[in-house]
Amino acid sequence: MQAIGNWFQRLYETTGLNFTVFYDAYDWDRYFAGLKMTLLLSVTTILLSLIIGALGALIQGSPSRLLRLCVNAFVVVFRNTPPLVQLFFFYFGLGTMLPAVETAGMRVPLLNNVQWAIISLSLFAAAFNVEIFRSGIEAVPRTTLEAAEALGYTRFKAYIHIVFPLAIRVCLPALNNNLVNLLKTTTLAYAIAVPETLYAVKQIWSESQNVFEMMMVLLATYGILVGILVWLMHRWERAMRIPGYAR
Amino acid sequence: MATSWTPDQPIVQCVEVRKSFGALEVLKGISLSVRKGEVICIIGPSGSGKSTLIRCINALQPISSGSIQIEGIEVTDPRLDKLALRRKVGMVFQQYNLFPHKTALQNVMMAPIHVLRQDRAEVEMRARALLAKVRLAGKEDSYPGELSGGQQQRVAIARSLAMRPDIMLFDEVTAALDPETVKEVLVTIRELAEDGMTCILVTHEMNFAREVADHVYFTDRGVIVEHGPPETLFTAAKDERTQRFLSQVL
Repeated sequence: MQAIGNWFQRLYETTGLNFTVFYDAYDWDRYFAGLKMTLLLSVTTILLSLIIGALGALIQGSPSRLLRLCVNAFVVVFRNTPPLVQLFFFYFGLGTMLPAVETAGMRVPLLNNVQWAIISLSLFAAAFNVEIFRSGIEAVPRTTLEAAEALGYTRFKAYIHIVFPLAIRVCLPALNNNLVNLLKTTTLAYAIAVPETLYAVKQIWSESQNVFEMMMVLLATYGILVGILVWLMHRWERAMRIPGYAR
Repeated sequence: MATSWTPDQPIVQCVEVRKSFGALEVLKGISLSVRKGEVICIIGPSGSGKSTLIRCINALQPISSGSIQIEGIEVTDPRLDKLALRRKVGMVFQQYNLFPHKTALQNVMMAPIHVLRQDRAEVEMRARALLAKVRLAGKEDSYPGELSGGQQQRVAIARSLAMRPDIMLFDEVTAALDPETVKEVLVTIRELAEDGMTCILVTHEMNFAREVADHVYFTDRGVIVEHGPPETLFTAAKDERTQRFLSQVL
């Protein structure tokens, strides 16, 4: 580790390229904390958006008109408005209307900025996931569902064991795209002062006067994070491949 | 639900069954009855309502009026326990409709485990025996996409049998198959009939109907034109429409 620090220090002395994060412990800690926050935001919003999306898609197939209408309204609202505005709406709009709670003698908001970011971004991505899952479900032939029904499956069981496993295979490529977008959209949490990677890196370059170098670090960080996500999704896609299943 | 059905009564009893899709009436008062162990073939030109009729028998489609009773259970009852009905009635489709993400063995095992919550080990033993019975031993781990049409259809038959139904419905099960694979599926159905399974077949295989059926119904435009034992119907049809149809297909 020391060798890496020394190398970057010498790089600075010889070329003037100042990558403080790699030799200055204080900057590194800030960067690493930001990275952990980005990972927390990404993992929780991806999981929540998948769950909400699947529930939405299930409800869209329900016989109740009212429920279907609610899901459609949710999709329209979150798809037709900018995610940054949604974030502001939740944090500044709804957040100030909720009652504050007493913690250790201090009045703090019921939900903090990290929690609002997770809620807001999850809902934003879930709206797209609903549509993605729906397209997958619609691609499953009606006759396959009928065969399940004829075997005594209830609608719910048929969805769990037959429709969803087939639908997920159809919609994985589209889902992949949306989750990549979501990971990158977590940078918006910057706007409500969530100390994620962009926020931390911005602090570092303001103090260390190394905007260009930190930009490179920032771009590389997201490039690698998305690369890992895409690699995982492709592995999943491969694992789900059915021998002899032609589409 | 208490039923007064006894095995000496018809196992399937349709009375004046009518079914409309919008303004189009597909079934115009169909009555037929099937006894336990009987093999019934329903023949007739395309669009005569054959498939609709057997889809109504296991409540995949609701009927507009009339009555269908399976072992005394009224299918049109709004409080019908569909699971109870479908445990009694197995159905095989023209397009096999196997679950493509599961192997042949898993396809056969799924419903008894998921729907009837039977013991996995016991179900697996039975599923392997059923696949052997339909001559697919060795194909247990193949996916539907790796099997020929005839093999897929036999998996579909085994899948229905795994639920231990009392009645089997076959909806033009050989219509999508290559001529050379039709035979292997028909052999399976014939063995089933010889075992005493009650079968209702919608089919275009006239020679097969003639061989295995106890009773043949000729339908046209939503009505039963004529019915009787195959030897009479195929050689001495009384109705002019039946005669014309048979002369075209035989």
